[in-house]
Order: sequence, then C-alpha cells, then structure tokens
Amino acid sequence: MTTTMLEVNELSTKYITRFREDVYAVDKVSLKVEEGKSLGIAGESGCGKSTLALSLMGYYFPPLHYTSGDIIINGKNISGLNPDHVRKTILGKEIAYIPQAAMNALNPTRKIIHFIEDVILEHEMYVNKKDIYERAKKLFETLGLPPEVLQRYPVELSGGMKQRTVIAISVLLLPKVLIADEPSSALDVTSQKMVIKMLKHLMEAGFISSMIFITHELPLLYNVVDDIMVMYAGQIVEKGTSHEMVFDPIHPYSKGLMGSIIVPEEGLRDVKLTAIPGVPPNLKKPPAGCRFAERCKFVRPECRVISVPYREAGNGRVYRCIIPEAELREAYSREERTK
Amino acid sequence: MTREKKLYLSAKGVTKIFGLGRQKTLAVDNVDIDLYEGEVVSIVGESGSGKTTLSKILLGLISQTEGEIFFQGVKRDINSHAKKREYWKNIQAIFQDPFSSYNIFNKIDTVLLDCINMRGGRYFPREKKIEMMTEACSFVNLKFEELTNKYPFELSGGQMQRLMIARIFLLQPKILLADEPTSMIDACSRATILDELMHLRKEIGMTIIFITHDIGLAYYVSDKVYIMEKGRFVESGSADEVILTPRHDYTKRLLSDVPKIHEEWDLSTV
Amino acid sequence: MKHTLQQIFRSPNFVVGFSIFAVIILTVLIYPMLIPDPPLKIIAQGTFFEPGIYVNTYDTFSAPAYTLKLEGADSKRIASKLNDEDRLAMQKWLVGFGIPENEIDIQNTEALLDLWNTNFDPSKRFQGMTNADRNYYIRLNNSVQGLLSTAPAIIAATDETTGGLVETDRVQQSDYINVSQVSNVRILPLGTDNFGRDVLTELVAATRVSLMIGFVAGFVATLIGLVLGLVSGYVGGWVDDGIMFITNIFTVIPSFVLLILISFSIGQDKRGAFTIATVIGFTSWVWTARAVRSQVISLRNRDHVNLSKLSGHSIFYIIVNDILPYIASYVVMAFILQISSGILAEAGLSILGLGPRTTEVPTLGLMMNWAMIYQAHILGKWWAYFPVIITIALIAFSMNLMNTGMDQVFNPALRD
Repeated sequence: MTTTMLEVNELSTKYITRFREDVYAVDKVSLKVEEGKSLGIAGESGCGKSTLALSLMGYYFPPLHYTSGDIIINGKNISGLNPDHVRKTILGKEIAYIPQAAMNALNPTRKIIHFIEDVILEHEMYVNKKDIYERAKKLFETLGLPPEVLQRYPVELSGGMKQRTVIAISVLLLPKVLIADEPSSALDVTSQKMVIKMLKHLMEAGFISSMIFITHELPLLYNVVDDIMVMYAGQIVEKGTSHEMVFDPIHPYSKGLMGSIIVPEEGLRDVKLTAIPGVPPNLKKPPAGCRFAERCKFVRPECRVISVPYREAGNGRVYRCIIPEAELREAYSREERTK
Repeated sequence: MTREKKLYLSAKGVTKIFGLGRQKTLAVDNVDIDLYEGEVVSIVGESGSGKTTLSKILLGLISQTEGEIFFQGVKRDINSHAKKREYWKNIQAIFQDPFSSYNIFNKIDTVLLDCINMRGGRYFPREKKIEMMTEACSFVNLKFEELTNKYPFELSGGQMQRLMIARIFLLQPKILLADEPTSMIDACSRATILDELMHLRKEIGMTIIFITHDIGLAYYVSDKVYIMEKGRFVESGSADEVILTPRHDYTKRLLSDVPKIHEEWDLSTV
Repeated sequence: MKHTLQQIFRSPNFVVGFSIFAVIILTVLIYPMLIPDPPLKIIAQGTFFEPGIYVNTYDTFSAPAYTLKLEGADSKRIASKLNDEDRLAMQKWLVGFGIPENEIDIQNTEALLDLWNTNFDPSKRFQGMTNADRNYYIRLNNSVQGLLSTAPAIIAATDETTGGLVETDRVQQSDYINVSQVSNVRILPLGTDNFGRDVLTELVAATRVSLMIGFVAGFVATLIGLVLGLVSGYVGGWVDDGIMFITNIFTVIPSFVLLILISFSIGQDKRGAFTIATVIGFTSWVWTARAVRSQVISLRNRDHVNLSKLSGHSIFYIIVNDILPYIASYVVMAFILQISSGILAEAGLSILGLGPRTTEVPTLGLMMNWAMIYQAHILGKWWAYFPVIITIALIAFSMNLMNTGMDQVFNPALRD
C-alpha cells in the first residue's frame, strides 16, 4: 500500500500582466506523486512547467494568482490557505522548491552556515548555534559535501557546489516533496551529474519522500525520474513511466519531443530528428479545442472545436488526443516505413 | 572524390592571453586548426575552455597574442576597416543567444538590408531587395510579408535564430562560425535550425564550425570533432572516431557525464 | 512620427509628468503677463507678511457699507481678540488677586470681563510676577477694554482751520463692505519675504531663471560626459586610460571647490546666470562620463555589436546605432538629475555670494538662501522656503516621469 504524497486536482493558475490581461499559464492540471516516486515534467519553454512548479507550493505572489483546484500534500489541502501561513508551516517542512538559478540566491556577504542558522531559527526556537553547526555538519557529511563549505562564503564555491549547498539547505527541515526546477541546466556536465547524484541520494536516504523534477533536457529526465508528464501550453498532454514516454510516446506532441533527443550514442547520426513546425499558442487567448491543433500533423477539423478529454492507455498511462492510441501508432509506423 | 579539398582557414600556434602580470590567464594555448572547404567541424568544450575566445579570434573580433591565421593559404590581414569588411564577406557567425544578437531598435528589414548592402547591393532597386529578402526568409520557412516592419524580439527564439540563418543565406560566406546556435532554443526548434543550417551548407557549399558544449550535438552534425580543454585541443579526429572510441581521459569523462538513453548512466563516477 | 507621439501620450507616466511640467512652464510664461511687477520690487514695509488677501483699510471707508445681521459675529470678534490663552492668564491673575478659582467661569465671556474690569489694577504685583508678566497684563487689559461695547467706531478728520477733530463717519459693528468695491486689494498668495517682496512673483521669475540655469548646466555636463564616456568605453585601450585619468582627477578634486574657484575668478560683473550655468556644467560631467563608460563597456561585447561589426559597419555607425539607443534613456535620466543638481549647485554658490548677480533676477537658490539667512525656517515662515522646495521637487519629479514614459515608448523591448 503506497501513500500519496502530493495530489493535485484540476489546478489552474494565471498571471495578471501589468496591462490587466490574464495569461492562463496552468490550466486544470491534475497529478499524483506516490511516496518514494519521482515525477518529471517536460515541455518547451513557456509551456507552463515552471509556473506549475511555483503553483504547487501554494504560495502565490503577484503577478501569479490562484484560480481554482486543490493541492493536497501528505493529506493536507493547502490551496486557498493564507500565504503567510503557507510560508511558515508548509514551505520547507512539507514542500521545498529549488529554482533554476538557486545558487544566485545566496547573499555573497554571508557564510553558508548563516543561511542554515536562518532556516533553523525561523522554525525552531531556543536552538544554540553550536548544535546547529553540528547538525549542519552531519547533514553535509551524509550528503557527501565537505563540511568546510559551511565556513565559506558563496563566492569561494564553484557553481555546482553552490547549487548542491542550496539543495542541502532546502532539505534541512525534511520536506516530504522536493520540487526541482531545472536545478542543473546552468551547470557543466560534471557538476550536473553531481547534482543529480545528490538528488537521487536524497530520495534513497529518505530526506525527501517524493520529487518533482522539471527540465527540458529529456535524456536527463529519463535518467532521473520514474514517471514523465509532458506539458504543452499550460495543459498536460501525456503521462506515463519514463521508459514508455521516451521509447513509446502516444501523443503527437510527445512523439515530436522525443524525436528531437540528441545523445552521443552509436547510431545517432542515422536518425533524422523530428521538427515540430510553428509556435505554441498565445496563452492570453488559448484556443478553444486542442491547444496543439495548429502544429499537429494529424489534425482533424473537430480538434479545433471540442475540448479533448483524457484517454486511458492502460497501466496508468494517460494521453490527451481525440485520435485513439491504435490509430496514432499505426500512423507512426506508416511514417517509419516511408522513411 | 579524388579532387583535393581546398584549405579555407588555418590557424598555426594561436595563443591568447588575457590580462597582465599576475592576473594573466591563458585562454587559448598554442592551437592549430585546419578547415577545409565544405567541412562541418565541431569544437567541443565546457565553459571556460576557451572555445568562444578561439572562435572570436578566427572571426577577427579580437586579436591573438601569438600565432598566425591563414585564410585561403594567405596570411590574414585585417588591419584596416576596409580589409576587415572584405574578410567578413568570407566568414560570418551565428551567436548563442538570439535575444541579444539583435539590436532591439532595428527592424528586421534593417538586419536583412545590411546583408544585401554588404554584398554590394546597396543601389539595387527596391523591388529587387524585397525579392532577395523574401527569398532568404522563405529559405528558412519564414514569411517576409509577416516580418517586414516588425522587430526581432516579436519573434520566438527559434524564429530569431532562423532569421540569423536567413542573414547568412544573403551573405553567402565561405565559412560560418556557429557559436552554440541551439543551446538557448527548445528541443523541437533545434531540429529545424540544424536542418536549415545543413540545407544552407549544401546550397552554398560553405564550411561550418560548431562551437558547442553538447557533445551529442557535435556528434550528430559534424564530420570532424575537436575536444578542447583549458585552451588546448586534447583530442581531434573524425566524429565517429572521437565519440565512439575516445582515447583521451577528458573526452572519456565528458562522454560518461552526459546522460544517455540506451546505455546505463553511471552516477558512481563523480 | 505622429504615431510615436500618440504612443508617448498614451503612457500614463509621461502624461502626468508632462502635465506637471506644462503647468510649471505655462505659469512661468503667463504669470508675468498678468502681474507685470518687477520680481525684486519691494512692496512691503516689514518682513514676512503672511499669505492672504490684503485690503486697503483707507479705501474701505469710502466703499459703500452694507448692513448684515449675521449670527455669531460678536463672538467671532471677541474670540479673535480674546483667545483661550488670554482667558487662562486672566483667571490666573484673578486667582492671585484672591478670588476662588471655582467662581471664575472662563468660558462665560461676559462674566469674566465683568470680574476683570471691576478687579484689575495694573499697579498690583504678586509674588513671583516679573516685569514682563506685568506688562503683558497691562497690554491684555488695554485690548479687552470695550470689547463688549456695541457702540460704533468713529472716524474723524482733522479740521484744517481749527486743528480739531471733526467726526466724518461712523462704522457700525454690523457694517460690511464688498471687497470688489474696494479700489485697492492685493492678493499675496505666498505672502512676502524678508525684504518685503511678493514671494509668488519672485518664485515665478526664479523658476524661469533656475530652469534655464539647470538646462544649460545639464546640457553642458551631459554632452561632455556622454562624448567622453562613449569614446573611452567603446574605443578602450590607451584612449580609455587617458580619458579615465582626466576623469579621475576631476573626481578627486571636489567639484564644488573647483566651481567656487572658477566662479570667483570670473568676477562679479561678468557673472550672469548663463555663465554660472556653463561653469556648473563644466564641473559636473564626471559621473555621467563614468556611468556612460561602464554602460558602454558592458554593451561593447554584446552579440548585437559583434553582429554589427560583422555586417561591416564603421565605429561611428556602431556607436550611434548600436550603443547610443541602448543608453539613451539612461543618459536622459542623467540629464534630468544634472538639471536638478545644477539648480542645487547654483543654490550652493548663491549662499556663498558667488551666484549670479542678484540685482535683476532671483533664482530658486537665492530665494532659499535669503530664507535661510533671515531664519525663515526658525521663525516658522514656511511660505518663504517651502514653495521653493516644492518647485524644485516638482521640476525633477515631472522630468523623471516623462523620462520613464518615453523609455516605455522608445525602448521597444519594454513595450508589450
């Protein structure tokens, strides 16, 4: 019996621009993360994956606004709670968030240990600084970070080390769910690997129960998470295990996305990369029917009109297209043959 | 295939030192490179390896501290503005960040007209210029009628980068330096950009140098790969040779650090 | 062009800024036409007359009188002469005289005055009473005498033949005159200053002169700073070193000292407002030059500049087309700051007596200077300095708003 750590039901959020226009960045997104599982979110830039990450925290600040839906973390519904309450009792304890440029959040004039003191003193009163240091040292040792880092200033650390330090700080209060939004995209490949190794270690060692990992780099996502969810224009278009999603996508958009993977492996040079023409729709006025219709190869007239329901494809697999799975697969294999 | 390929650009012992005295940093260290007609070459390295500095030296935007650069067998001379202009008719570039590659105050027409002017078309009749611009845009699947009188930032990143290719189409240089042309762009648009670049190479028979940190991309597009570490080339050779049978430790490390999908990604090596 | 103008005027920032600035400029232009007095004409005998409407008393007698029966006219009159403080003082004297405190109702004016008139004796002194207190009570007594009387005031003229007084007119307590029928009324909305000059007239003239000084100083400073900054930032190398050497020298020498020395050496007669403005400009370009240089250095290596080079453009073309537009809004902002600091620098010079000649024109700085020397701020004569501060603030504020508004239009990346 697995417990659900994070459950999101039809969450919608929007941005309000300074010209009072609404941008519907996240539209009725539902997801579920079980204990011990990790979920990856993939998609083009501007598809709403980073906004979804921000929205999941339940802590909204302008221009981002909550519209509707529920966020249930470890059995607690946090949607619609007072933001201040969320900040004090939910963030860091139940859910932690690592933004893309998290390492730039470190104030260059303070030592690493001071950030740790800040976090602990904010949530626990009457802790002496020596205890904090011991605790931090132990944590850093478990996570494979050199404890000397605690006495250093951020500028003395490399980008990868800073990023790993921030991740360590973010799990200080043992959150249930960790949301990592492109935590390694600004780093070189070696540091990226170290960050990924640390995130995996956090899961295995029980610092966090579940993880949501957001990136546009599919090979990385494939190697990190159990399940992958593909987002397009604020909506989920397909969900499945990472192996299924990479090697056997159903939705035409996922198919295109997976066909653009480049990895330095034998046989890559014989593959023809797929390109998806066109640009994503403007989320100020989202199209009525399928949002991918404009760029889809298999578009039918009804696609542009009706709101497309989710279809089940067995084993928890969900995709959003009016064309049934079998027909799509047939179309793909026909394409394969003509090549 | 017996015809000897022409040597376009070669660098001999190029070195670049930034700063003076104690702050001296060696960005490019005694690099030799030969670029032949119609080749696609990749220079792969992590940030700080000196690959961008090398590309700027080859472009003539900064000067080397030591070493010589030969263009079509003759020592390169770019000491005056007119000579530089002449050199840049033969070698052009596409930069990494499409959003900062354009002057935001100039319209798209200005960007393309500059190229026509550079190829000696300053006094062409207006219809002919429009025809040329339309042709260049349609080459990269953009519609000139939709772009005219617009500003570059009204386009998406992918479209901006394709406009860059349209620019190269008008300029028809012999060598194109592409400095991470797809690293800021979504995976889906990446394929389009690469396709169009390769198409353009066939069309006008130019040499392309990819500067990239993505070893997978280098393998996908190029004939020849140079691996750069700390200002030096540590390994070079045909793409298959370097990527599939790496010899140098640095190449091996780079390859093992990149996530793959058919092989297990071994996290224990870091 | 027309389209751009429309866009500029659609920006709320620009419209607000422009409105404030237009009001200032229009006032400066129109006011002298309505009130053609020379701004430095001394009209008042005495210092710091309060703002208000000044009605010629002599003319009021010849104006036709109207009788108005208005409620509470008496109590207002008494209240203006006998305030709470005076009533308490009267109570204090009466208590000292020996009347029990609970018998004195200070709010009942009639009873209080009755008690006072029957008991007050100016020769009486209590313990602890100073001479000043005594004089105060005598003055108080004089002013309350006849306060309750309803008799008219008599106006008398000297008879030329007898030398005695002849009654010519009586003014009843219920007499009113219509201000518009009085031949001499002067509105002084901001009162008068220490020399007895109309502050508003002076302020309008001073704003005009100070704006001119600010514009000239700002223009000179921005021009020098911009050219040096652009050249040193873009060209780099030894040109940069040379220009930065000069700039550093100017930074180290306090520009105000330099300003004083130059101003002093020019001499009193040649120091017009224009000369002072140019001198201020020549000493304050340093920060503009430094700021422009650092902006240019960060722009110089941007890809769009590289691309422009690769398109074969000349250095001059690149500076004008690829660098200048990016820093234009910054330069305009620096220009606006230079204008306000030019106005303030002139004020500083004026305090030392090194400002422009003061016989013809006032400047905002001089007005502040005069207000400070005559201690307007200590005496609470706010009208002598507060409007000046507001004017300086409004000029800078409106210009900054216009700059922000224009930036939204001319910087295409900020547009949506």
